[in-house]
Amino acid sequence: MSDKIKFTVDGQEGLAEPGQTIYEAAKANGIYIPVLCHFEGLKPVGSCRICSVKSNGRWMASCTQPVTQGMIIENMTPEVEEYRKALIEMLFVEGNHFCPACEKSGNCELQALAYRYQIMVPRFPYLFPKREIEAFPKFLLEHNRCVQCQRCVRGVQTEDGQKIFALHERSNNLRINVDRQLATEMSNEQVQQAMDICPVGAILKKEAGFRIPIGKRKFDYRPIGSEIEEKE
Amino acid sequence: MDYKKIISKYNLDRTRLIELLKDIQAAEGYISEKAVAEVAKAFRISIAEVEGLISFYHFLSARPLGKYVVYLNNSITSEMAGRQEVALAFEEEAGCPFGKTSSDGLITLMETSCIGMNDQEPAALINEVIFTRLNKEKVKKLASWMKQGKPVQEMVEEFGDGANSHELVKAMVKNNIRKSGPVIFDDYLAGTAIHKTLETSPEAVIDEIKKANLLGRGGAGFPTGLKWELCRKEKGPEHYVICNADEGEPGTFKDRVILTERPEMVFEGMVISGYAVGARQGILYLRHEYSYLKKYLENILKKMREQGLLGKNIAGRGFDFEVEIKMGAGAYICGEESALIESAEGKRGEPRDRPPFPVQKGYLNMPSTVNNVETLATATRIMANGSNWFRAMGTSVSAGTKVLSVSGDCDRPGIYEVEFGLTIDELLKMAGARETFAIQVGGPSGQCIGEPGFSRKICFSDLATGGSVIIFNSSRDLFSVVANFLDFFIEESCGWCLPCRAGNVLLKKKFEKIIKGTGTRQDLKEIEAWGKIIKTTSRCGLGQTSANPVLTTLTNFRKLYESKIVKEAEFISEFDLITAVAEACILTGRNFQEENEHV
Repeated sequence: MSDKIKFTVDGQEGLAEPGQTIYEAAKANGIYIPVLCHFEGLKPVGSCRICSVKSNGRWMASCTQPVTQGMIIENMTPEVEEYRKALIEMLFVEGNHFCPACEKSGNCELQALAYRYQIMVPRFPYLFPKREIEAFPKFLLEHNRCVQCQRCVRGVQTEDGQKIFALHERSNNLRINVDRQLATEMSNEQVQQAMDICPVGAILKKEAGFRIPIGKRKFDYRPIGSEIEEKE
Repeated sequence: MDYKKIISKYNLDRTRLIELLKDIQAAEGYISEKAVAEVAKAFRISIAEVEGLISFYHFLSARPLGKYVVYLNNSITSEMAGRQEVALAFEEEAGCPFGKTSSDGLITLMETSCIGMNDQEPAALINEVIFTRLNKEKVKKLASWMKQGKPVQEMVEEFGDGANSHELVKAMVKNNIRKSGPVIFDDYLAGTAIHKTLETSPEAVIDEIKKANLLGRGGAGFPTGLKWELCRKEKGPEHYVICNADEGEPGTFKDRVILTERPEMVFEGMVISGYAVGARQGILYLRHEYSYLKKYLENILKKMREQGLLGKNIAGRGFDFEVEIKMGAGAYICGEESALIESAEGKRGEPRDRPPFPVQKGYLNMPSTVNNVETLATATRIMANGSNWFRAMGTSVSAGTKVLSVSGDCDRPGIYEVEFGLTIDELLKMAGARETFAIQVGGPSGQCIGEPGFSRKICFSDLATGGSVIIFNSSRDLFSVVANFLDFFIEESCGWCLPCRAGNVLLKKKFEKIIKGTGTRQDLKEIEAWGKIIKTTSRCGLGQTSANPVLTTLTNFRKLYESKIVKEAEFISEFDLITAVAEACILTGRNFQEENEHV
């Protein structure tokens, strides 16, 4: 197989298919690069920047950057890890995240990343933004917890490709706007999908809370990323 | 309101959606819920998506606006020229604060980022008409006319110099060309470059531009010939040529003057570029703030068609090329080439990930070149006079001339076309600047230089600039300059990526702590560290440069920062108990400070 791409991550050699992103290629080789906005099967948008890596002195988001022949990637170096930790902390102060009261606790990827990076207290001051909770017939949108990852924007659309969730405004006012009419027409399965696709507790299906008790949830057993790291 | 009639004009062409929404707003004063629903239905996109589009652009509004909408520039030079007094006068006359509409629905007051009038501030747009050098008295007069219902255009009493007084422009804007140079502002005989270009092959044109060593004039300095070559090599059913006329960097206004005085050269540059890359269609993406130039520019295009310099069979040589003008709607980020392309496609102007680069997949995913106004005009001159002539000017790395927009504390603010290699000292002398304390080169995203740097040269290998030069004398407070720039980036971030969206807000907070006088050495260290995080991890050029105002002043004016901090303290908490409980004190009627035993 001569058309395979050779690359290394922190000195570990790997082989990639042409067209794969750094994140995908690393994952296929059992190397974990943390991601938050990225979701399997959706077009990557590179919004959270947590998957940033360094290659040849340049920084790039591994979820959007294609891997190239001979690429030498720095992933778990202290420098890269420190920047990631800062970005995760930034997400905590940007919104209002109160884990103990959140339905997603234990299943939340942001919380799981915070544990993985052993975040005790953020270096940044809390911004305490004033955000709303919006109610729709079948779900709630808890803006306090939203991280603007756009997973719902990309992953939950109508059959003819209309956006049920869309980006609204810009700058630090950026938020998710829900199409009221289309949201009303969502099926139960679609609402469940929206809740599952959301990395945090921003999209909450009604009448489905706390079915699995805290302590028996996904990240209560294994830290985030271990499913990739333990594959080999 | 018959929305269907307006919608039908646009043939459900998604790339014209912003134009359509502007059309509705022009007819109704805003874009109502009903209009949004009709548009969404017609285009088979969700209401949320249309709302998202409207909310992205500063000049589109989903809430009713007054008959007269005042957009007062809040850039730093506007502040320096007395913006506050003007703002207060508007508030007094309208009886409402900025961000609101007067109770009679007549006047809406809005703030807006730099509108490209830095040499004639304070300036404002009223609806789409520009008013410069405002003061209290002029505001009073304008307000009284508004109360009489006078059409905005009729409020312009005096027209500016050059083509600003043209029948189709009629603007009070001034060119203020203080120094014209041989490349852009010298006389130009229309068609010279096109004729020479079409006599040779596209490859030869690219070669000539490469030999001239033309580097992008928008600020990034990418070699233009190489860009054209890369685009030409890409396969695609269509190629596109885009002229970036979205100059939004605070302090830049040179493209406005080039478009006013040398539009033919810009359009010819597009034709030349089109011939070189193999495109048949060009787009001039013009910022909304320059709407007053649209009819004039369209007329220039019409004239060029009549002269056989545009359209079918240009110069009788079988080359077809058209230019369309697309209007922006108010977003600094659209000056970033991939965001510009998104916006030209009728979407929110959010930058794209690269690769693919615009030369590979640009407008409508076709190979596209995006060049700055000045770059294209320069290409025209190169094709007319030759690369050898061009390279004889400037420095070995930076050939030719650069058009600078100079504003701030000097006697002669305006446009200077100078050879690359000019020192800051020479420029300051030319502009009549005295007691200069600092100079901002390249706008907020560039660098702030102090006196030790005044011998530095303006060129790509030293001080690169897209054209913005702002001068501050010793009476100015550099901290308010930095604060103004940081606010600008917070406002203009598209919000897509975290470090730019949240990081800039956090950086500003930290910077405010320094201004307040409660900063420590540790805070200065954190400013540097946080700035670096934003710079390093942001997705596009905006976030990668947004920390520059504070980072470059911290490097070049270290002593100033040192004098602001509390040196003996290792740490001062950001939390202030008195402020924190102030509201509760008012509500309970207790005076906390008197009962300070709680502290």
